[in-house]
Order: sequence, then structure tokens, then C-alpha cells
Amino acid sequence: MKGLGELERTIMDILWAQNSPLTAREVGRLIEDRDLAPTTVMTVLDRLSRKGFLDRTRDGRAWRYQPAASRDAYVAELMLEALDMTGDRDAALTRFARAVSGSEAEILRKALTELEEQ
Amino acid sequence: MIAAAVLAALAAACAAGAWRLTSARWTWRAPRTAILLWQSLGVTWGLASTGALLAYALEPYRRGVVHGLASFLVTFEYGVRAPQDLVRVGALVAGLALLAVLVTLPLAATVQTVRARHRHRVLLALISRDEPAVPGVRVVDFPGAAAYCVPGLRSQVVISDGTLSLLSSDELDAVLAHEAAHVRERHDLVLLPFAALRRALPWSKLVRDAQASVELLIEMAADDRARRHCCPRRLATALLRFGTAAALPTPQGALGASASANVMARVNRLVRPDAALPAYHRFLILAVSVLLATSAPLLWVIPG
Repeated sequence: MKGLGELERTIMDILWAQNSPLTAREVGRLIEDRDLAPTTVMTVLDRLSRKGFLDRTRDGRAWRYQPAASRDAYVAELMLEALDMTGDRDAALTRFARAVSGSEAEILRKALTELEEQ
Repeated sequence: MIAAAVLAALAAACAAGAWRLTSARWTWRAPRTAILLWQSLGVTWGLASTGALLAYALEPYRRGVVHGLASFLVTFEYGVRAPQDLVRVGALVAGLALLAVLVTLPLAATVQTVRARHRHRVLLALISRDEPAVPGVRVVDFPGAAAYCVPGLRSQVVISDGTLSLLSSDELDAVLAHEAAHVRERHDLVLLPFAALRRALPWSKLVRDAQASVELLIEMAADDRARRHCCPRRLATALLRFGTAAALPTPQGALGASASANVMARVNRLVRPDAALPAYHRFLILAVSVLLATSAPLLWVIPG
């Protein structure tokens, strides 16, 4: 069986690919691993909603789950931090290099050409 | 009175030293030693400036800062008899306030950093993937160039999809060696207090320059370690490719004006390395760092 983290990722991917909220049973049907116990799927869905990644709404006796934000929104959040564009210059991450803008990039492009020609 | 004067002089000397160090270039020839000197200057400045205020305030006890503070706290008697005593009260309040700020700031910054990293890790777990070409590295589907490390007990190296297509495999190896150096030497812990101080004193040019200097030195230290495992020239071309691959519009003020100067400084070091600083120079700087860092605590203890 996959680890819990792996399963969380799989389930998020399934829900991101759907346009409408799904029940735990529907999610379970879309998971490739058929041996998965329905309670495991429910546990993971519950965990994800408690962490704030899923919103859930009542549908009769079952819950329907949908992502709280799009995948792209999370990618953007991570990359803004990675590129140090949040503006608070904290020391949370150590980065390889920063991209530079406009005329400055031209200086680097020239240096790159020179270095590659040598 | 002597202890207070010496501590005040020490604090001033540290500030002057830091100011000189922001424009020093020998530091690029021995980044690790220079980082140590920066740390020592920072700690000494903090202890000396608070110590000077407290030593002056507690001078009537004639027992030094540490014991004077203890006497003051035990008896809580601080006789205000003459107008000059009011100045001492002011110094006491200022000294204690500065001490509190210097202790709580790094703590608050640590808490905030740990939270930010936790959030980053949780999101990474949901949206990053493994890539057979780069085992042990998390890959995020993003077209721009990004390579970084989320430090911690189990540090994670992360690169963007765009980085994979931007760099050759030799260059990618060089970038990963650079990131591994950050992980190994816990450079995030070096940066933390400087980032905290910067947040506390955002208007101070000296603090801003100090943080920028330390950031650059840390990158150079990581470059130095990476070049042991990879071709320095590939690391240099990777740096230049990264610098020119601005995938996002640059928000106002997010990037320093010296961004390209920093990249060029690192590239030049890699392609045409200067001779390392002679061993006795490094030893001398080391000795000064140790002397500084021990002098302030000593001055806190001596009576007078």
C-alpha cells in the first residue's frame, strides 16, 4: 500500500481533475489501488479537510469534497516564496540564485555568451 | 564608570567594523571566516550596547552588570535622589528594553520561520513529484527557474520543471551540489538572526547592508563547497542562465539593484578564482572574532 502522504497527493489530484464535488465512495472508485479500504479513503479525506485543503458539504448521509483552492494557486504560493517575491525577505528558504530584471539581465546574457565561447 | 565606557566603545567599534566589513572585498576570498566575523560582530554589538546602558545604570551598586542586575532585582531598590539618577533610570529602562528586543526578536523570527517552512513542506507534499532523473529532489511543475532548499531536520531540495529544461545535466549537478552545501552547513541558521535584526530595524542602512553581505557570503561558501564536486564553469553558466531566466514580472522593490552585480561576483570567482586568503590572515580574523565574542560577556561580569 502507498504511504499516507502519497495517498493524500493522489486524492488531491483526483479532486483537482474533477469539476464537481465527490463523495468518499466516488473518490475510492477513481483510485487505481482497488485494495484500499473505504475507511482509509474517508480518513484521508477527513485529514485533508481538517488541514484546510478540502471543503466539504453535506449531501444526504454522505459528505461531498472539493478542493479549497486550485493546484495552480498552491504552485504560485510556493514559487512566490521560492523566488523571494513575498517581499518580507525572511530566512525560511535558501535559494540558488535570483533572477534579475531588464537591462541587468543583458549584462548576464553577454557574460554567458562569452563564457560559452571560450 | 570604566566598564560602561569600555562597553560603549566596544559597541561603537563593532558598528564601525560592520560598516567597514560591508564594503570589504577580502571577505570573498574567505567567505567562511568572514561569516564567523560577522556573527561575532553581531553578538558583541548586542551585548556591548545593552551592557553599556546597564553598566551605567547600575554603576551605584559597584558590582558589575550581572551582579548589579541581580541586586537590583532582589531588592528592587533604586533610589532616585538627584537629577543625574534620572538619567540612570532612563539608561536602565533603555538597556532592559533593548535586551528584551534582542532576545525576543530572533525567537519570534524562529517561530515564524518554522511555521512558514511547515506550510511550505505540507504544500510540497501535495503538489511536488519525484523525477527519476534527479533522485531525492522534489520537482514542482512550474515553467520558471527555481532551485532552493527548505532547511530543517530533514531538509528538502526543490527545483522547478523549468529548471530541468533550462540547464544541462552538468549544470543541474552543479546546482544540486550548491544546494546540498546549504543543507549540510545549515546556512539558514546563519541567516536567521540577521534577517530578524533587519525586520526589527528596517530603516537602518547598516543592518540592511550587513544582511545583504552575509547572504552573498553564504552563497559564495556554498559555491566553494559545490566546486569540489562539480565543474566550477558549469556552476557559473548555471548561475548566469538562472539570472537571465526571469519568468515572472518583477514586483517593485522585491529584488535588490545589486542582483546582477552579485551574480557576476559569484561567476567571476568561479571562473577566475583569486588566491585564498593566507592561513595566518584567516587565523588572525578568527582570533579577533573569538576575542570580541568573549570580551563583552567578561565586561558584563567585572565590577566597576
